Amino acid sequence: MPFNYTIAVIAIPLFMFLFLGLAGVKMSRKLTGVLGVLGMLVTTVLAYGVALTYFFGTGQGQVVDGVRQAITVWNPDWLSFTKTLVVRMGIMLDPIAAMMLVVITTVSFMVHLYSLGYMSDHHGNAEKGFQRYYAFLALFTFSMLGLVVATNLFQIFIFFEMVGVSSYLLIGFYYTSPAANHASKKAFIVTRLADFFFLVGIMILSYYSGSFDFDTLVFGSNHANSLEVAQSIIGNPGVATFMGCSAMTWALTFIFIGGAGKSAMYPLHIWLPDAMEGPTPVSALIHAATMVVAGVFLVARLFPLYVVCQAAMDVILVVGAFTAFYAAAIACVQSDIKRALAFSTISQIAFMMTSLAVSSADGALIEIHEGYGLGYMASMFHLFTHAMFKALLFLCAGAIIHAVHSNENSDMHGLHKYMPITSIAFLIGCLAIAGIPPFAGFWSKDEILVACYNKGLGWGIWMTMVAGLTAFYMFRIYFLIFFWNKHEVHTEHEPKDQPWTMTLPLIILAVISIVAGFVPAHNMVTWDGGHLHTQLDWTVAGTSVLVALVGIGLAFKMYYKENPLPERMASSCRGLWTAAYKRFYMDELYQFITHKVIFQGICKPIAWFDRAIIDGFMNMLAVGTQHAAYGVRRLQSGSIQGYVVVYFLGALLLAVITLICVLVF
Amino acid sequence: MNLTLLMYLIPSIIMFGCGVYGFLTRKNMIAIMISLELMLNSVDINFVVFNRFLFPGQFEGMFFTLFAIAIAAAETALALAIIINVFRAIKNVDINQINKLKF
Amino acid sequence: MESVGNIIMYFIIAIAIIAFSVLTVTTRKILRSATYLLFVLFATAALYFQMDYHFLGAVQIAVYAGGIVVLFVFAILLTHKPGADTQAITSHRKWLGVAVAMIGALVCGYALFSYGGFCGKQLIGDDGLSIDRLGQMLLSTDKFGYLLPFEAVSVLLLACIIGGVVIARRR
Repeated sequence: MPFNYTIAVIAIPLFMFLFLGLAGVKMSRKLTGVLGVLGMLVTTVLAYGVALTYFFGTGQGQVVDGVRQAITVWNPDWLSFTKTLVVRMGIMLDPIAAMMLVVITTVSFMVHLYSLGYMSDHHGNAEKGFQRYYAFLALFTFSMLGLVVATNLFQIFIFFEMVGVSSYLLIGFYYTSPAANHASKKAFIVTRLADFFFLVGIMILSYYSGSFDFDTLVFGSNHANSLEVAQSIIGNPGVATFMGCSAMTWALTFIFIGGAGKSAMYPLHIWLPDAMEGPTPVSALIHAATMVVAGVFLVARLFPLYVVCQAAMDVILVVGAFTAFYAAAIACVQSDIKRALAFSTISQIAFMMTSLAVSSADGALIEIHEGYGLGYMASMFHLFTHAMFKALLFLCAGAIIHAVHSNENSDMHGLHKYMPITSIAFLIGCLAIAGIPPFAGFWSKDEILVACYNKGLGWGIWMTMVAGLTAFYMFRIYFLIFFWNKHEVHTEHEPKDQPWTMTLPLIILAVISIVAGFVPAHNMVTWDGGHLHTQLDWTVAGTSVLVALVGIGLAFKMYYKENPLPERMASSCRGLWTAAYKRFYMDELYQFITHKVIFQGICKPIAWFDRAIIDGFMNMLAVGTQHAAYGVRRLQSGSIQGYVVVYFLGALLLAVITLICVLVF
Repeated sequence: MNLTLLMYLIPSIIMFGCGVYGFLTRKNMIAIMISLELMLNSVDINFVVFNRFLFPGQFEGMFFTLFAIAIAAAETALALAIIINVFRAIKNVDINQINKLKF
Repeated sequence: MESVGNIIMYFIIAIAIIAFSVLTVTTRKILRSATYLLFVLFATAALYFQMDYHFLGAVQIAVYAGGIVVLFVFAILLTHKPGADTQAITSHRKWLGVAVAMIGALVCGYALFSYGGFCGKQLIGDDGLSIDRLGQMLLSTDKFGYLLPFEAVSVLLLACIIGGVVIARRR
C-alpha cells in the first residue's frame, strides 16, 4: 500500500509529545523548540506526501469510475465488547481527511515556527514552560490528526476529547493567571457538556445501525452508493420515534450538538472568546484553524446520513445562519483584537455549517441533481481557505500584541508605519476573509453563497449580508490597528516587525491566502469523491463583492482617520451598541442559569436533602451509638478486681441457678 | 470418728474463700498471683479427694491435678514475667496503676 | 474406723491449711505471704500423701513448693524493697472481699450439703496405684492413656519458656 507511512504522520507528533514532555526539562528551552519545529516539519512533509498521493495518485482501487474511494490504511480491533460490537482504531483516508491533514500540518508547522519567536522575550530568550508548551502543541497536533483520520465514531469521540484536553491545557498555559484558569475551565466544561450529547448521539446511532464504523455507516461497499446505505440505515429504525422525531433524527441532532460545542455554534459559543486568554499562536492553531472546525468536520463526515435526515439538517441550518450573523454583529464592536477575531471565527465556522446544511438543496431528495453537494464542497473549501487566512490574521495579531504588549485596539493605532510587513499580511488576510477576488476567501465564500441561493433566496440574501458585515468588521479592526491616528509609544521599545521566525510564517500564510482560491476544490473534496461541475455565478459573485466593497468603504470612512463618527453612531443607539459589546449578555445568561436556576433551584435542595436526610440519618445512628457507648463505658472501669467481682458473682449466680434447677426439678 | 469426704473438703473451701478474698482485696499484683495459686490449689484438692473417695481404682482426677500443676507452673512463670515487665515500665506493681485501657 | 494417728494427722494438716491460707492473704509483708503459701502447699502435699497419692504429693512439693514459690520469691525480690509493707487495704474493699468470699463459700457449702449423699464416704484401703502403673498410663495411648495431654503440656511448657523469655527480656 502506498499509504502505509500515514501512520508516521500520526506517530511523530505523539512521539514528540512524549519526548518533549518527558525529556524536555533536561534540555535547554531553545533546543526543545527547535526539535519540536523539526518534528513538525517532517510530519508536514509526510502529510503533504499522503495528500498528494491520495489526490493525484492512481494506485490500485484508489479511483473507481472517476470516484475517489475511501481507503482504510490500517484498522485493527481495539476493544471487542462482543462479536459484533467492536471498537477499532485506525487510519482512513478520504478527500476531507486528506485535506485536513494538509490544513492541520501546515498551520501547526507555522505555529510551531512562529512560537519560537512569540514565546520569547525581547532579547530572544525563551519563556518559562517553553518545553511544556511545545509538548502540548505536539499533543494537540497528534489528537487532531487522529481525529480526522478516524475510521469510526468512537475513535472520533476519543480524539474529540483529546483535542479538548490539549485545548484546555494550552488555554491554561499561563496557569498563574486567574483569567486563563477560568477560561480553560470554561472551555473544558462547555465542550464537555456538548460532548455528552455527542456520546448519547453515538450510542443511539450505533444502537440502531449496529456499527461505529464509517465503512458501514456512510460509505458502504462503494463510495458512490453511500446515500442508499445511509437511507437504509435511517429508514430501518424509522419506526422508533421520540417526541415526534425518529431516533435517527435525535441521534444526528445530538451528534451535531457535540460538533456545535467544539465549533462554538450559538448558544455553545461562550467558551471561544474567553479561550483567547491562551497564547496567541495557540489561538491561531486551535481556536481559529483546526480544533474549532472539528464540528464541521464531524457533520461532513456523517454527511450522507444528514442528507437523508432533513430535520437534523434544518436544525443545523437555522443554528448556523443565526450564529453567522450573531457573531458578526458582536465582532463589529469588540475592542479587544483577539476577541474580535474570535467572533469572526465563530461567524466563519457558522458559514461552513450553513453551507453543509443547504447542501441537500430541496429536501430529502435522494436523486442527484444539478448543484447537489455544492454546499458540502464549498464548506470544505472554505474550511481550507479559512484555516489559512484566519491563522494568518491571528499570527499577525500575535505579532502586534508581542510588539505593543496589549490586546486593546486603543493601544495600537497607527502601527502601519512601524510594522509594514505585518500590516500588509494583515491586509491580505482581511481581503481574503472579506471575499475580494482573487484572494482565497472570495472563491470559497462565493460557492457557499451560490449554495445558499440554491436553497432559497432568503438564505442567500441573509448570508450575503453577513458577508458584507464580515468585510466591515475586519476592516474596522485593520484600520483601527494600523491607522486611525499616530501611535503613542507607551513602552520603552518602539514597536517593529518581529524576528524572522515570526515574520516568515506570516509571509508564507499570506502567499497561501492569495493562491489557495485556485485549488480545484470541486474536483477534490466533493462529498462522494467524484467531480463537481461548478462555474462562477457572476450575479452572486458580483453582488457579494459589491456588498463587501460597501462594507470596506464604510469601514474606511469611519475608521481610517480619527473622527467622531463611530462614537456618534455608538451613542445614537447606545443600548444596541452596549448589548453587542457585552455579547448580547450570553455570558450573563449562562451565569444566571447555572448559578441562579441550577445551583439555587436544583442543587441547593438536593444538597439539603443529602445533608439533612441522608447524612442526618447516618448522624443519628452515630450519635445514638455514641451516647450508648458513653453510658456503657463506665463498666470499663480499668479496675481488674472490679471485673473479677462481677465475674465471680456471675459464676455464683450460675451455680445457684443450677442448684435450684437440680433441687426443684 | 471417721475421716469422711466432707472433712477433706472443708479446708479446701476455706482455702478457696481465702483465695477469693485475697484476689479481690490485695493491690500488689504478686499477692494477687499468690491468691490465685491458693484458689488453684483448693480446686486440685477437690479433684484428688473426689477421685480418691468416690472412684478408687480410677485415676482421672489425679491425672487432672497432675496436669493442672504443670499448667499452673507455666501460667505463673508467664504472669510473673509480665509483672516484671510492667514493673520495668512503671516502677510499680500496683494493680490500680495498670489502667491505661480504661475509657 | 480410722487409726488415731491418721485422725491426728488430718487435723494437723487441716488446721495448717486453714491457718496458713488465712495468713497468706492477710499478712502485709509480701515475702511472708509467699512463705505462708509455701506452707499451705506443703500441707496440701501432706494431704495427698495421706490419701496415698505419693507421686502427686511429690510433684506438688517439687513443682509447686520447689518451683513456683521460688519464682514468686524471685519476682518479689526483683520488684520490692526487702521488708517493705504493702499498702493497707481500704476497709470497704476489705468488706467487699469478705462478703464475696463468704457468699462463695456458702454457696459451695450449701451445694455440698444439699447434694451430698456422698459426703459421708470414707477412704477405702489401697487403690493399687503403683508408680510403674502410673508411668505406663502416662505414656500409653490406650483408653486410659495420657500421652496426648502429656505431649500437649510439653509443648505448652516450651511455649511458656519462649514466651517468658520474650516478655521479660530487656528491650
